[in-house]
Amino acid sequence: MRAIGIILAGGNNHRMRELSSKRAIAAMPVAGSYRSIDFSLSNMSNSHVQKVAVLTQYNSRSLNEHLSSSKWWDFGRKQGGLYIFTPTITTDNNFWYRGTADSIYQNLDWLKQSHEPYVVIVSGDGVYKMDYNKVLEYHIERKADITVVCKEMPEGTDMSRFGVLKSDENGRVTDMEEKPMMTDSHLISCGIYIIRRRQLIELIERCALEDRYDFVRDILVRYKNVKKIYAYKTNEYWNSISSVESYYQTNMDFLKPEVRKYFLADHPEIYSKVQDLPPAKFNAGSHVRNSLVASGCIINGTVEDSVLFKKVFVGNNCVIKNSVILNDVYLGDNTYIENCIVESRDTIRANSRFVGEDSVKIVMEKNERYIM
Amino acid sequence: MIKKEMIAMLLAGGQGSRLGVLTAKVAKPAVAFGGKYRIIDFPLSNCINSGIDTVGVLTQYQPLRLNTHIGIGMPWDLDRNNGGVTILSPYEKSAGSDWYSGTANAIYQNIDYIDTYNPEYVLILSGDHIYKMDYEVMLDYHKENDAAVTIACMPVPWEEASRFGVVIADEQGQISEFEEKPANPRSNLASMGIYIFTWKILREALIKMKNVPNCDFGKHILPECLGGGERLFAYEYNGYWKDVGTLGSYWEANMELIDIIPEFNLYEEFWKIYTKSDAVPPLYVSGEGFIEKSIVCGNSTIEGSVINSVIGAGVTVEKGAVVRDSIIMKNTKIGAGCQVNKAIIAEEVTIGENCILGTGEEIPNKVNPKVYSFGLVTIGEDSVVPSGVQIGFNTAISGVTDAGDYPGGILAGGETLIKAGDRA
Repeated sequence: MRAIGIILAGGNNHRMRELSSKRAIAAMPVAGSYRSIDFSLSNMSNSHVQKVAVLTQYNSRSLNEHLSSSKWWDFGRKQGGLYIFTPTITTDNNFWYRGTADSIYQNLDWLKQSHEPYVVIVSGDGVYKMDYNKVLEYHIERKADITVVCKEMPEGTDMSRFGVLKSDENGRVTDMEEKPMMTDSHLISCGIYIIRRRQLIELIERCALEDRYDFVRDILVRYKNVKKIYAYKTNEYWNSISSVESYYQTNMDFLKPEVRKYFLADHPEIYSKVQDLPPAKFNAGSHVRNSLVASGCIINGTVEDSVLFKKVFVGNNCVIKNSVILNDVYLGDNTYIENCIVESRDTIRANSRFVGEDSVKIVMEKNERYIM
Repeated sequence: MIKKEMIAMLLAGGQGSRLGVLTAKVAKPAVAFGGKYRIIDFPLSNCINSGIDTVGVLTQYQPLRLNTHIGIGMPWDLDRNNGGVTILSPYEKSAGSDWYSGTANAIYQNIDYIDTYNPEYVLILSGDHIYKMDYEVMLDYHKENDAAVTIACMPVPWEEASRFGVVIADEQGQISEFEEKPANPRSNLASMGIYIFTWKILREALIKMKNVPNCDFGKHILPECLGGGERLFAYEYNGYWKDVGTLGSYWEANMELIDIIPEFNLYEEFWKIYTKSDAVPPLYVSGEGFIEKSIVCGNSTIEGSVINSVIGAGVTVEKGAVVRDSIIMKNTKIGAGCQVNKAIIAEEVTIGENCILGTGEEIPNKVNPKVYSFGLVTIGEDSVVPSGVQIGFNTAISGVTDAGDYPGGILAGGETLIKAGDRA
């Protein structure tokens, strides 16, 4: 592969509400066994992008823990490898990352020392499968300065949480707005870009000189009429973990057979850190229907239309419906949970009841876990 | 010079012929156990959990699956710069090349490997038992006694003692005599086939006995050490230990994992069992699916009913199928409407629709009654069973079978159906 990779995983998102209080968005658990960064990382690995930097800042510990070894995604090679860059204080710099462009600027040496001609920049919160080589081919064929991966969204989508583009019949981007309140376009940016390495260094350096820090606002939008920016349209599954609703929906999507087949059965596979948990255990009285159950779970109650992450314990006579139960949650006997996301490592006392009435409820109890 | 206090030698070369078609293509240590594991994962995990980071794995019979499973030892943290896991297969020598002819002979042929690490002690393990043991505690016992050999032993019920090799030891544990399957046992301490040797003493004994045909630890080396006046001690172990050498004990040990709090607990954080993970994704239970009293691995799709069973990774149980009291290994498909009772179905098997596996009376197997005698249906890996057939108990199937192999759509109890050439 003639490209290196950058995964932007530094951000927080207030639309994730309490769920982002203890972890970076890129470390959000997805689909029972994964974390959101696994998708970008596996795409990099499967596209043979061998040298990848993860730029992380907000709650970076959660992500560092997940990335403690690069071997699970098949990095850790003599050629290339996985680099994790958190902000550091140097003689020239004592700032945190002030934006996505600034985070790249602060690691410009790494870009300059690489020799690959192209850079794939992706955000760490996307749930998708993509061969970046195809995007690169398109980029080279169009002689583009920057290629943005886009997806046409269905009518009625709330466009105010996306970057929105317009393109002409050749794919050239004619207009671009960041999170507009109103727009007549349904083409959104997936937060995946390809750009020539030297071009990127030049743009980022100029951006820094002007005290501008954001890659989308200060580079893409500002240069849209100057540089040849092309849209690469994808029709495959793509979702980003950018709000509680989209997070819940993404997890629920995995209950659909076509989504499971696409991500979990079809080649190439999505990798994640291996945790050596025993198989899931279903005791007498368990009744699980239309649900995903990860390894290490022990189930004694009823589970319907839900996603259970690793090591969830479901007590006797529990009923769980339409919910996402994150890693290592203990649900005491007779608990009723509907339309909820239960935060990881939580302990729910027996006889509790949590129901998300109008929207998904986030359950965070912070009870002490007693050794049973 | 590298110096390791103790290294382990894991004997994994045996076929385990009493597991019938399950070991037709793989060595016994590579047979799946408890859904996601293979039998060899238990001694390997015990090693790393006991702080032993150098393990030689001796392979001989059908080593492919074992080799790919172990690889460079990454799942067990045995990918080391210094030590780690090494696969030791028989090799050609300038004068006379030999297969491993016995357990001790296999170690004898790898003296050079052991010498590389210059160890004080060598731990001899076999790759066919299910247990958790801290070998470090056993080593402490060995050192306290200033022993030449320490043998891990387990008290067994007196009436069963005549099935084992027993040791006769005094109150301090010092061994005075061995008895191999005695008619009237004088002790109920059965040897578990786990030994710690002081390497210097083992090395001398191996070289001295090098010309003994089929040189074996139990038959030759231990009596030789005892006769030579060395100090041999019995290390009493009282935890869970299961020899899964027969289809019956293999089935039973799997079924024990289903208990509410199994005697052999895989959920203990402080003594994890590691394995090469085949499946990261979660399992899916459909709207019509039902699972009770079972353990099920990741990436499986359950659209039928699974009751009292152990299901491996990537297994599909289609609509209307009912699986009971069975072991189903990875990537196997059970067709819609099947009824599966007391079956052991190996990896990558396809069972057609509306089959009944396990039906009728128990008739002893006609070909190999010793192997297939536990009221089970045993199906070897990569087999295909056509739709709509009925299969009795004490049967064995291996290979791609079609409707013509089942006269009247039935394989009666006690029959054996093996299609592909040299598989047995």
